[in-house]
Amino acid sequence: MAVRTFIEAVREAMAQEMRRDASVIVLGEDVGKKGGVFLATDGLWAEFGDDRVIDTPLTESMIVGTSIGAALNGLRPIAEIQFADFIFPAFNQLVSEAARMRYRTMGASSVPMVVRAPYGGGVHGAMYHSQSIEAFFTHVPGLKTVVPSTPYDAKGLLVASIRDEDPVLFLEHKKLYRSVRGDVPGREYTVPIGRAVVRRPGSRLTVVAYGLMVHYALEAAERVADEGIDCEVIDLRTLRPLDRETLLGSVRKTGKCLVAYEDNRFGGYGAEIAAIVAEEAFDYLDGPVSRIAGPDSPAMPYNHILEDWFMLNPAKIADAIRKLAAY
Amino acid sequence: MTITDQEGGRKAGHLAAEYALADSDLHAMYRTMALARALDERMWVLNRSGRAPFVISGQGHEGAQVGIAWPLRRDHDWVAPYYRSIATCLVVGMTPRDLMLAQFARASDPSSGGRQMPGHYGHPGHHVVSVSSPVATQILHAAGIALASRVRGLDQVAMAIMGEGSSNQGDVHEALNFAAIHRLPMVLVIENNGYAISVPAAKELAVQDVADRASGYGIPGVVVDGTDVLACYAASREAVDRARRGEGPTLIEAKVTRLTGHSSDDQQSKYRSASELAEGLTRDPLPIFRARLREAGVLDDEAEAALAADVSAAVEDATAFAEAAPDPEPAGALDHVFGDAAAGEPHPPWHPAPGGGPG
Ligand SMILES: Cc1ncc(C[n+]2csc(CCOP(=O)(O)OP(=O)(O)O)c2C)c(N)n1
Ligand SMILES: [Mg+2]
Repeated sequence: MAVRTFIEAVREAMAQEMRRDASVIVLGEDVGKKGGVFLATDGLWAEFGDDRVIDTPLTESMIVGTSIGAALNGLRPIAEIQFADFIFPAFNQLVSEAARMRYRTMGASSVPMVVRAPYGGGVHGAMYHSQSIEAFFTHVPGLKTVVPSTPYDAKGLLVASIRDEDPVLFLEHKKLYRSVRGDVPGREYTVPIGRAVVRRPGSRLTVVAYGLMVHYALEAAERVADEGIDCEVIDLRTLRPLDRETLLGSVRKTGKCLVAYEDNRFGGYGAEIAAIVAEEAFDYLDGPVSRIAGPDSPAMPYNHILEDWFMLNPAKIADAIRKLAAY
Repeated sequence: MTITDQEGGRKAGHLAAEYALADSDLHAMYRTMALARALDERMWVLNRSGRAPFVISGQGHEGAQVGIAWPLRRDHDWVAPYYRSIATCLVVGMTPRDLMLAQFARASDPSSGGRQMPGHYGHPGHHVVSVSSPVATQILHAAGIALASRVRGLDQVAMAIMGEGSSNQGDVHEALNFAAIHRLPMVLVIENNGYAISVPAAKELAVQDVADRASGYGIPGVVVDGTDVLACYAASREAVDRARRGEGPTLIEAKVTRLTGHSSDDQQSKYRSASELAEGLTRDPLPIFRARLREAGVLDDEAEAALAADVSAAVEDATAFAEAAPDPEPAGALDHVFGDAAAGEPHPPWHPAPGGGPG
């Protein structure tokens, strides 16, 4: 087992799948010779050539729309959106087309496509290189949304996403790319889509998180552990389809639920988690289902003081835990 | 061409030979146009008599549709059509029953099992990409299909079809640019009927011809008279052959007339003058092609009578069959959201559980 960074795990997943299956192609802006602006596709062009690693024009709707067509005609495209912030020109293709193709053909056609998108803040990316976009897309039945938090999961979930018969939006937190390392087996393996994992068992309170926030939630849990607050931390890993069993099982045990997400709070993905917990675990709750999330500014500001103001961090999450635990 | 028609047209086989077709092809082309028209007219009757809430159709476009789709290899090449493509869908293998099942939104509708509005055809077996409502999205699917054809070493051609209003969408620019860069085997067909619902071409386009835009992508743009079925055929055959040879996409613009309102919910006399509508009738491709075939000796009274009876029987059969077919059940309405049923989310208790519909 090798120790790999998050981005190395992403790259290894693509390379292995492309070796295994000639129908897997990669397309996006700068994904060829340059290997992507984050180097996620570094080396793929040299190994697989022009036909399978395609530098596209700067046109996101085209990247997703042609991936849909290619998927309809037997390929398994991995489309890279350079920054998740720039996925909106492709919104129509994702929501109206990719997500509905299976439904509107009674299962006769499907779109086995992965759209990889680096997302998230805390990287001095400012308003247009920091966004969390999951709320827009998890709203849409027919799209799967996956957000790994560890190198092991990044590889296993990306392989599973490439092999999946449905369109998968694969969100990679930019801050994790090089800051997180972990054991990643060199062999092929998958991590199943739709399964959450308990990252830290605990008894007093459940913190639900995904992506970078899993790491912050774990740090926060350590901080409050000394104060006698024993938190369980759940890493959702797949936002849709949601693993309700793991989520509800944990909350029914602890009786308290805090959802931590980096996106703006209002109408965010965490609101849905809170609603599900309130509806389905109400009898077990002994405190209000709570959210700790980004402020409702239209986007994350650039100046580092303002960026810190926007971003969650372990201290902010720890405060929210204390408040809920004291309820 | 016209001269040959006048001099030798009455000799059977002459007109067909000019286009490297057989008389039986011309007959079949005319039959498909007549069938599309008859089905289309029946859909409007169903609508006006309260048996179908909505119709959107292709009356006036049939000549261009049949001529342009004719060179495609059935079940091999792909077509990404739009809501007026009744005749196109018939050419590539969909049946009158298939189209009427969509019109009635029945459970066995092969396009969408009754999930989509009428006119949103699709048939994976015949390589017809499912039509959706947001216009122009399909051109990118055609480009992707063409890309896959190239990567997989197949020699399929992908044809995308839409109206001139839709051609202004950004997806068209993105797709033509990409397809041209990679010389993908794609053909874009614009059926220009001069209107996007009520907005006339002059307010949609600053140029006379959409085809002029092709030069901006470095690809050929061809304008054809949509009432001239064989000219449409010839233009399309050239474009399809060119695409198959690996020389890249072509934009074909067929000038057609829309003989009906935009849809059954539209009253076109509000924005088109009586004289304009009358002028449109002179550009109906059906009588024009009929006259040409009679002139060429391909159609005579006997053949026409047989064809009329055949078309009428097909329409009766399709209508009766589709009207009698069962509606879809709500119990199946959450089927096919995701491929793996296990990945499906649990049904909320206030909705019925899925009944395990088809597939
Ligand atoms: C993106 C989008 N905007 C608006 C509409 C509503 N709409 C449906 S058809 C149409 C006009 C299309 O005109 P054109 O492309 O010329 O095709 P035609 O109907 O004339 O054949 C409009 C505005 C739509 N379906 N999709
Ligand atoms: Mg039009």
